[in-house]
Amino acid sequence: MNHDSYPDDYIRAILNGVKSIAMVGASPVNVRPSYFAFKYLAQRGYDMIPINPGHVGKSLLGKPFVASLADIGRPIDMVDIFRNSSHIMPVVEEALKLAPLPKVIWMQLGARDDAAAERAEAAGLKVVMNRCPKIEYGRLSSEISWMGVNSRTLSSKRAPVPTQGMRLSLNRTSVGGGETAASDRAAKNRNEPS
Amino acid sequence: MTDRVPGFSTLAVHAGAQPDPTTGARATPIYQTTSFVFNDADHAASLFGLQAFGNIYTRIGNPTNAVLEERVAALEGGTAALAVASGHAAQVVVLQQLLRPGDEFIAARKLYGGSINQFTHAFKSFGWNVVWADTDDISSFERAVTPHTKAIFIESIANPSGSVTDIEAISAVARKAEVPLIVDNTLATPYLIRPIDHGADIVVHSLTKFLAGHGNSLGGIIVDAGTFDWSKNNKYPVLSEPRPEYHGIRIQETFGNFAFAIACRVLGLRDLGPALSPFNAFMILTGIETLPLRMQKHCENAKAIAEFLSGHPAVATVNYAGLSGDKYNNLARKYAPKGAGAVFTFSLKGGYDAGVHLVSNLKLFSHLANVGDTRSLVIHPASTTHSQLDDAQKTKAGAAPDVVRLSIGIEDKEDLIADLEQALTA
Ligand SMILES: Cc1ncc(COP(=O)(O)O)c(C=O)c1O
Repeated sequence: MNHDSYPDDYIRAILNGVKSIAMVGASPVNVRPSYFAFKYLAQRGYDMIPINPGHVGKSLLGKPFVASLADIGRPIDMVDIFRNSSHIMPVVEEALKLAPLPKVIWMQLGARDDAAAERAEAAGLKVVMNRCPKIEYGRLSSEISWMGVNSRTLSSKRAPVPTQGMRLSLNRTSVGGGETAASDRAAKNRNEPS
Repeated sequence: MTDRVPGFSTLAVHAGAQPDPTTGARATPIYQTTSFVFNDADHAASLFGLQAFGNIYTRIGNPTNAVLEERVAALEGGTAALAVASGHAAQVVVLQQLLRPGDEFIAARKLYGGSINQFTHAFKSFGWNVVWADTDDISSFERAVTPHTKAIFIESIANPSGSVTDIEAISAVARKAEVPLIVDNTLATPYLIRPIDHGADIVVHSLTKFLAGHGNSLGGIIVDAGTFDWSKNNKYPVLSEPRPEYHGIRIQETFGNFAFAIACRVLGLRDLGPALSPFNAFMILTGIETLPLRMQKHCENAKAIAEFLSGHPAVATVNYAGLSGDKYNNLARKYAPKGAGAVFTFSLKGGYDAGVHLVSNLKLFSHLANVGDTRSLVIHPASTTHSQLDDAQKTKAGAAPDVVRLSIGIEDKEDLIADLEQALTA
């Protein structure tokens, strides 16, 4: 997988396919990005599991905190990692010990660890780095268009009126990464040590 | 399956718009409302806390305006956009996110006269200090960089001179200085030039001109290219540091490659207040649907008229970058191969008086202070749009006392030429 720029179909298949998401580093502080994403994904119908050893015994929006991936005790489809790039590898190693394996490792906006991604891909997992699942879901459903964001999708279909907790269709026509290629190029240049 | 990249004309018609979920209306409805009801208290709190996507109050966002924003972001190849009340409002909102009192920004001397005024006087009163540089001498931009520089501002095609700016060369200066390059793309529109493809980090427009195209609505827009790393060097604390007005959210960390557009909306527009009316957004959107067709006609007519004027015995000089032999023709071929726009200047052998005489004798061209209308327009910049500048500044801005500016419309070019001919010989 080219991790500088993902085809929409790759992201779409992941977000349409997974049902349960364990969020490593989920924060109970309601201005942290992980809290935003956790709440949004739960509202869109995903089975969310907050992982944070510092908050065991408490819960996040009604979901009890779990100390580690190994403690979940049931199969999960995706691990969404809200940690800095330097803390990714141990989480991926832990995820790769789960049986059955999760299908997807997702690293949050700003987080990227190519070696960890390689390990996960070698084990047959799909990997997304430096993206936010909330933003990608909002983009592919075009819900994020309320914020003037370029969803890079088009549709001539009438969408249902969204209600709370409803899964939105992500199957709009993609305009292709080409339209925001400048942003992808800039991110790539930043990642490559010069 | 790989993602297809639709052509410009398809995006001009479709990007951002979809049938209205409630009614099925295919044209974008005008959501002429100040406010939007919340589902419940938690929904309200989520919207105010920037946790959920949705509408609160039209000063911060509106569904009609959002279609316009996504449309222009798509046409420019940006990650997001924010529509505001005018081109000037776009400029103040952009710079408010970047500059603190005592900071500097570098601006091209060849700019719309109103921008020169805004930068020289209004922005000075905010403590934002403009440092001028010359687009004909790229090293003047390099020399202008200081530790206080926070941005560089240029026009892609300059008003009124119609000269084409070497965006890539100035982008290289901005990269080296680690400041964003802001390009006012009003006169080119993304149909002729996409500044982001040439290294712009932020694009601004007066939508009032060619994008709307009909001269009936004011508007402005800010497009975020998503290319600039705001957190590097701690130079842009508005984007990189916790925001007290949102309980400590860091804008770049939370919104990634469209953080700048979000900052402009939730800090700039929210607090400064220059919101675009949804009715104007609707009018502008309707105009954008035909942007490619109109720009082709504008450019074709402009070239024919520039050629006619160059061959006229009463005309001293014609400055149109689309003419071979023009000083900016090489830059026009590189940056605007589809056409060099439709705003340009010329001077008459009879000087200032002949210019005034011409303007008063034209019957089809309208004498007014705008550009980018379906109608052809004429003005004498030295006595109007650029009148606040001294003679040296006027000349540097491309608005010397003997210069007449034309904005060529989409009428039949034969009629425009006949009007100029009769006015030149009257
Ligand atoms: C190049 C350019 N930029 C900005 C503006 C200002 O736009 P507005 O009049 O919409 O505020 C103008 C208006 O003439 C312009 O020509």
